[in-house]
Amino acid sequence: MNNVMGIINNNPQGISLKEIPAHRSLASTPIAARHRLIDFPLSNMVNSGIKNVGILLESRFRSLLDHIGPGKAWGLDTKKDGLFLLPPAHIYGDNQIYKGDIENLYTNLDYLHRSSQEYVIVAYPFIVCNINYRRAFDHHIKSGADITVIYKDLETMHRDSHYTTIKTDNEEKLIDMKVNPDTRRDTRVSLKRYIMKKDILLEIIDNSVATGQWDFEKNGIASRLSYYDVLGFPVHDYIAIIGSVSEYYRRNLEMLQPEIFQDLFEGIGPIYTKHKDEAATKYTINSRVNNLLAANGCLIDGEVENSVLFRGVKIRQGARVKNSVVMQKSEVKENAVLENVIVDKNVRINPGKELRGDPAFPLIIEKNSII
Amino acid sequence: MSKKEIVAMLLAGGKGTRLGVLTKNIAKPAVPFGAEYRLIDFPLSNCTNSGIDTVGVLTQYEPLVLNSYIGNGSSWDLDRRDGGVTVLPPYLRETGGSWYKGTADAIYQNINYIELYDPEYILVLSGDHIYKMDYSRMLAQHKQWGSEASIAVLEVPWEETQRFGIMNTNEEDRIIEFQEKPEEAKSNLASLGIYIFNWPLLRDYLDKDASNDDSAHDFGKNIIPAMLEDNRRVFAYTFDGYWKDVGTIKSYWETHMDLLAEKSKGLNLYDRSWVISSVNPNRPPQFVGRTANISHSMINKGTKIRGKVENSVIFFGVDIGEGAVIKGSVIMPNVTIEEGAYINKTIIGQDSVIKDNARIGVGETEEFEITVIGEGETISNGRIIEHGSVIG
Repeated sequence: MNNVMGIINNNPQGISLKEIPAHRSLASTPIAARHRLIDFPLSNMVNSGIKNVGILLESRFRSLLDHIGPGKAWGLDTKKDGLFLLPPAHIYGDNQIYKGDIENLYTNLDYLHRSSQEYVIVAYPFIVCNINYRRAFDHHIKSGADITVIYKDLETMHRDSHYTTIKTDNEEKLIDMKVNPDTRRDTRVSLKRYIMKKDILLEIIDNSVATGQWDFEKNGIASRLSYYDVLGFPVHDYIAIIGSVSEYYRRNLEMLQPEIFQDLFEGIGPIYTKHKDEAATKYTINSRVNNLLAANGCLIDGEVENSVLFRGVKIRQGARVKNSVVMQKSEVKENAVLENVIVDKNVRINPGKELRGDPAFPLIIEKNSII
Repeated sequence: MSKKEIVAMLLAGGKGTRLGVLTKNIAKPAVPFGAEYRLIDFPLSNCTNSGIDTVGVLTQYEPLVLNSYIGNGSSWDLDRRDGGVTVLPPYLRETGGSWYKGTADAIYQNINYIELYDPEYILVLSGDHIYKMDYSRMLAQHKQWGSEASIAVLEVPWEETQRFGIMNTNEEDRIIEFQEKPEEAKSNLASLGIYIFNWPLLRDYLDKDASNDDSAHDFGKNIIPAMLEDNRRVFAYTFDGYWKDVGTIKSYWETHMDLLAEKSKGLNLYDRSWVISSVNPNRPPQFVGRTANISHSMINKGTKIRGKVENSVIFFGVDIGEGAVIKGSVIMPNVTIEEGAYINKTIIGQDSVIKDNARIGVGETEEFEITVIGEGETISNGRIIEHGSVIG
């Protein structure tokens, strides 16, 4: 895979997690107790042997830069190749409107030209999976396709989520592709991992810019199926599409299922993340836990059931947390009760407070709140 | 190289004989500790937190794991353009060479390394003590008092004085006498093996000591007594925090139990103003299943808990099966404990496998002795191991 480079495309494409990413880019949204969304596509690339990765930054990228740093956690802090942060152009423009990822790619053409690799994989961070790109890449070479789309045939689709659906013929050739359609006729869903020659990516950028179109997936691929030979490559691994708040909530809790946990974390390769010197999680004599995913540095002095706790979360004595996601450094004080709640970073829930959401519509507590 | 005010020399070559099977393949400073760390993380993190950025680590016994653990020092922010961490094993010179014959000899053989930085002071540390200490305060006292040597001391219970090097001081905290593991101690101030010396002075004493064939080339036995004899300005620096020498199985186990105790007793590892860093293996979050039951324990990431864990410290990568019971134990990295196993007051070395329904640390008694299972052992199905046993 020395001949393949990776592009992580942070174009949000209209996906909103409401308050959760309000202060951060979608890619740095915390997930699975100690990760952020970008850990997955980035680790997948590294585990597949890709050594040159460019990250298209969107608007609110402070937390993303903080998380990625020089790419050390992913072994990408190298002199040759390594990690490249590709800043957006629109923030310098007069009206500061984000037109789309094509503009971002166009601004960073030098990086693409200068990279020695002949092939490129473009991946979006809001689909969480643990897959190796080698098989898909080998298939791409063998099939002679212009573009290969990694996809999965889904059993269930959620009304409140977003999908890029595809339709293929008997030879896996794409005959239809739609990004976030309201009416879904196809159950085949693109993993938003696209393999092609770098020359084709450059051609897509050139053509899109020249015709005033700015979305790589919609304008570069979906509307050009008759021009390019686009083939599908099916996978059967677990995938989580974080296309809405309820999907975000559901998927976090779903990782408590042993088979899913295994598929994501003990499958093809490790999922790397920024490392933060936290001591192990402490359980006191009062702790009562059942079905829990926890990062380090937590203190559990109360009851936790069916929940995900990020780094440094404190659950005080008598507090009860159920079916909830509690992010970094938040504290649930004595005898407070949380049920079906997403608590963002650094929140304090005062003693005795009771907060309840609905399983289908979790309550979201914004970052730094005191309740 | 640019000049440094102070260079730390960390003695990490010890075998740790009293830890038995736990140091069969690794140097004592590389022994895992506190669910997340190895012993050497404590002095290295203390150096970084104290603003000391030049650290020589003296290795000798089983250095392989320790060397790869230290790496380029980046885990402790010691990968510096100037200084940083340097691993210093014994080496051959034109005139021959030898193993480090004692703590003082280890420093003596690395005079060239120290001179690279032309320091004014040398901080001598051990790689196998658990404590958090700001060495910059000790240095401040050293400078303020015009000391030529400073020795960190701790008040220990009188009945334990015979385990330590005891410092007798006058009313100005000046050390007037040193007793190595005395039968009848005159004071209860124990040396912690943490020294600051004026480098030119220490250099002279090391030179003299090296040419003395009768010397054990040891700081406690030779260098300090020689300085006292010459009436050098040697002062005690009183430390009153938590400090443990985890040199024995018993103290290793007890220090872990202290971690679980209330804040006041053990070391607070959750203090973000004095972070202990480690080479953190990348692992998924800890997974606590529906059948798990956890109380009064520390559990690291990368673990899967489906059994009952009580009063125990569980390192990363440990897998505990359904129905297993772990009580008062220390379970080192990547140990697998299968279904229905029972483990009581036991230290289990890394990568060991305890097969289902094995019973470890059991017996007809009220007072259980500590049981130790070495690294990479497999305990077969249903096997019963009497408390106090050592396997491996």
